[in-house]
Parts: sequence; C-alpha cells; structure tokens
Amino acid sequence: MSNLLGPAEWAAIALSLKVSFWATLASLPFALWAAYLLARCNFFGKQILNAAVHLPLILPPVVTGYVLLLAFGAQTPLGQALAALGLGFAFHWTGAALAAAVMAFPLMVRAIRLSLEAVDPKLEDAARSLGAPPWAVFATLTLPLSLPGVLTGAILGFAKAMGEFGATITFVSNIPNQTRTIPSAIYTFLQQPDGEQGALILVAVSIFIAILALVLSEILARALSKRIGGRDA
Amino acid sequence: MLDLRLRHQIGAFSLDLNFQAARGITALFGRSGAGKTTVINAVAGLITPDDGYIRVGDMDLFDPARGINLAAHERQAGYIFQEARLFPHLSVAKNLRYGMRYRSARPAPNFADIVEMLGIGHLLQRRPAMLSGGEKQRVAIGRALLAAPRILLADEPLAALDEARKQEILPYFERLRDEMDIPILYVSHAPTEVTRLATEVITIEAGRIQAQGRPSKVFSDPHSLPAGSREAGAVIEATLTAHHADGVSELRNADVALFVPRLSGDLGQKLQLRIAAHEVILATQKPQDLSALNVIEGTIHSMRSGDGPAVLVAVDTKLGRILARVTRRSAHLLGLNEGRAVYAILKTLSVAREDIG
Repeated sequence: MSNLLGPAEWAAIALSLKVSFWATLASLPFALWAAYLLARCNFFGKQILNAAVHLPLILPPVVTGYVLLLAFGAQTPLGQALAALGLGFAFHWTGAALAAAVMAFPLMVRAIRLSLEAVDPKLEDAARSLGAPPWAVFATLTLPLSLPGVLTGAILGFAKAMGEFGATITFVSNIPNQTRTIPSAIYTFLQQPDGEQGALILVAVSIFIAILALVLSEILARALSKRIGGRDA
Repeated sequence: MLDLRLRHQIGAFSLDLNFQAARGITALFGRSGAGKTTVINAVAGLITPDDGYIRVGDMDLFDPARGINLAAHERQAGYIFQEARLFPHLSVAKNLRYGMRYRSARPAPNFADIVEMLGIGHLLQRRPAMLSGGEKQRVAIGRALLAAPRILLADEPLAALDEARKQEILPYFERLRDEMDIPILYVSHAPTEVTRLATEVITIEAGRIQAQGRPSKVFSDPHSLPAGSREAGAVIEATLTAHHADGVSELRNADVALFVPRLSGDLGQKLQLRIAAHEVILATQKPQDLSALNVIEGTIHSMRSGDGPAVLVAVDTKLGRILARVTRRSAHLLGLNEGRAVYAILKTLSVAREDIG
C-alpha cells in the first residue's frame, strides 16, 4: 500500500486524522455541556440555544466557513487577539480543526442529548437522597450511564470531521500540510488532468477509515452497554 | 423527631397537614392519590411545598419564612423507593457504599454489620440486574442506612413485591423500627403491612389528615377509614398463651380466648392481630353447634354506612374493638343499632398469618 500512497497522500491522511481527532476531543466537553443543558435544564433562551447548536447542520457549509472567516480571520480583532496568544486559526491546521468541530457539533450534541434523556431521573433522585451534590450525581451516575451515547456522538463527530470540506476550504483554504485534508486532497486531484488515480486511492482510504470507525464504535458501545446494565461486576 | 407542616397545591389537589413523628415507624396510610408520597417527597427535598416548615431534630430542612430550603443532598434523609432504584452500572458493594463518601463525620452504621443484618454478603460482587426483587430491596435498605440518615423515608417499599418477597422484607423493617433511633416515615395503602409495622399510623384522605394514633386505635374506628373500604379491619392486641396439638394457637386478652392458625412465636409474647372486617359475622343470639371457634360477646359501639351495600359495624368486646362489615340488609333484618348486644363470629382459618405480628 505504501508504494500506492505518495507523500502528498500520506500528508493528507495524517492531517485529516489529526484535525478530526482534535476537533472531536476539543468540542466533546462543550457538546456534553450543551446536551446536558438541553436535556435536563429549563431556562430562558433554551430554544435559541437549540437553534444555534443546530445551525451548522442546516446552513450551507460555505456559509458556516465564511462566518468563521468573518469571526476568526487574520484581519479581525478576535483573530488577532487569538493569534497573539499563539492560537491563530487563519490558514493553519487548527483552523481546519475549528471548522470541523463546528460542523460536527450538532451531530455530537444530538447523540449525547438522546442518551442523557434516557437516564432515569429517578436514579438521580436516589443519588441525591444519598447525599450526592449535583456535580457528583452527574459524574457518578448521569455520565457513566450515558457513555454509550457520548461515544456514539464522538464517533459521529469524528466521521463528520473526516468528511468536512466546504466550511474548511472557505475558512482556511487548501494548503498542503496545513489545511489540505483528505476531501480537499481528493478535490485537488480531481482538478489535475492525471489526478484520477490519487483521488481513487484517497476515496478507498476514506471508506476504509469510515468502516473501521463504525466497527470500533459498535464494539465499544456493546462493551459499555454490558458494563452499564451488566450481569457481572 | 420529625415536625412538619405542609401546604401545597398541585392543580385541583391541595395538601394541608401537620404532624410530628417520633422514632419508630409512622405509617402514612391512605388511598393512592391521597397525597402520601407528596409528603415524603417534600421531606426528601424532591419537591418544594408552597408553604409550611419541616424540621428533623434540631435541623431545619424547610422554612420559607426564614429563607431555609435545603437541597435534597443536604437533608440527610434516607429514601427507600418502591422500585429499589439501584444504580445499574455499579456492583452491590458499590451501591451500598455510594452514600458513605458524602456522610462526612456523622456517626454511621458499620458496613459489615449492615451487610450481615440484611443477609446480602453473598451478593456484594453482583450487579443489580442479577438480583431478585427482594434482594434488590434489601440492598436499597442497606444503601439508605449506610448514608447515616437522620430520618428514613419509605414509599411503599413492598408494593412491587409478591407475597413471599413481602414476608422476606417485613422482618427487616421490624428490626429498623425496634433498633434505629430515627423516625421512619412509611407510606403504604396496605392495612396488613401498617398493622404489623407501624408504631403510629396517620390516615390521609384528599390531602388532609383523617386520623392519627396507634394502629389498633385508628383501624378500629370506622370513621377513620373510607366507608366503602374493603380493607377495613380492627387490630387486636393479645398475648400468645398456648400452642395446641391440633394446629391451633391460642391468644388471650382479658380472659377472652381467640383461636388462630398455628403461630411460630414464644408463649407470653404480645402480638398485634388484624381481623379483616369482611371476615366477621354478627349474630344477635349466641349460636349453637357452630364450626367457627371464635364467638365473642360484645355491644355495638357505632355503625357507619356509605353509598354501597355495606355497613361497617364497630363492636366493643373484652378483646378490644372489632370491626364487622355486613350488608345494610342484614343490619336491618337483625335490627342492629348502637348499644345492641351482639356476638362477633370469626373462623380461625379466616385469620391470615401475615395479619399477625
């Protein structure tokens, strides 16, 4: 396989994995928080939060990418402030990760919210009656019991991040080794007269990674469910 | 000591009551929807009443006039639910220990003692999914006790269990009643359970207290029970005086004997016995040649009829007050009225063993 994949292909694959990994990891706590707010709390503006979370799912990715550019671009105050802190997004792989995270966010929140809602509030009442303060109820009960859903959310988010194209290319362009992820690389190959073979190889790699992720998540989810409702300690 | 006053409105239902509960089991008795569970949920802090106060010993749990409303986890109120509510992802041992890390430095029961008392040592490594209903409830009791509560709340803890499992759990509540130095609020709509367990019973109807007192007193008063209640039955206190060779045990109170199916208790033991009102036959003359072993002389204290065909007759006997549930037709034909001398007839075999304790 290694002679089929040139340095450009390898770079795109490695970059995609890196971008998706960080996009998933960094947005997971926020997704958990948003899902918890939506599943368990009643507050003014809940519908607005709900709509905002789902916006990237509905908007054209190009629009999302352009909004990111307007917010975090190198010329904007926010972009400059972040760049001064060493967290520049413009034309950098971190920008690709941000775009992927934003696009993956709604999918993660939806999956996590469903599993949080499936946790019986009566069990939480029981934990409170045993003296557990709210954070402990969440950490010892709600979170462990909804772990399969959190995992599903993370896998979905990762898969979405791997496939993200429109927002990424709009926000941080298509720069080799920085922002040229697998989809951008496939797009680039297709623009070249002799690029068809490279594109095909990357398509195959994409399919392979996607199936691998699905199988892994299935195995993990089963193991977790067994632990949660499980028959042995 | 629990001291509370509650006012709470949920839609058209209003709750307005106050009572005190000392150590021992105080049963909240009444039909479903009467507001029993609302009361203990208010004590647990799972709902916030509109007004009132809740105090356990020297600790204020709820007193809006003084701006006090402790969160559920700060109330040190152990709760035993109808469905054990064990945490499915934790082993029995971890379920039991769950509340221990939050109980700070309070004096607390010893883990090994509780496990021993409840007979759950062999279950410690199992997951809740592997336990029977009775085992789950025993673990739930242990889990609540190990959190070192200042009050114990039980919401129909036996209602989800079959008869055999109920008999398995009842003795543990008897031990809690006799050995724990905290008040236990016990919600139930089963007179049998209440008779056997309660030190004190409070009957609740439509959010108000209808009667309060010892079970033998409350359940013998036809006015403290809903008129149409099929569950009416008086509670008699008597001493176990003999086990006869033919399978019958003899109880006595004030020289009147009462024959019941063979019991396992020791002679001299004081027992409470519930006599279901619909098992009692009334006669105006002493019957002859009757197979029923218990024919008890008395006078009618009061009568109460509702809309149905039945009338609940309270008969004062030397054994204590007995309730009989007869048709209005019979009451009319026999000319029953207050002050009339009657004989209450009770088949030995119609006394259920679970009604004695």
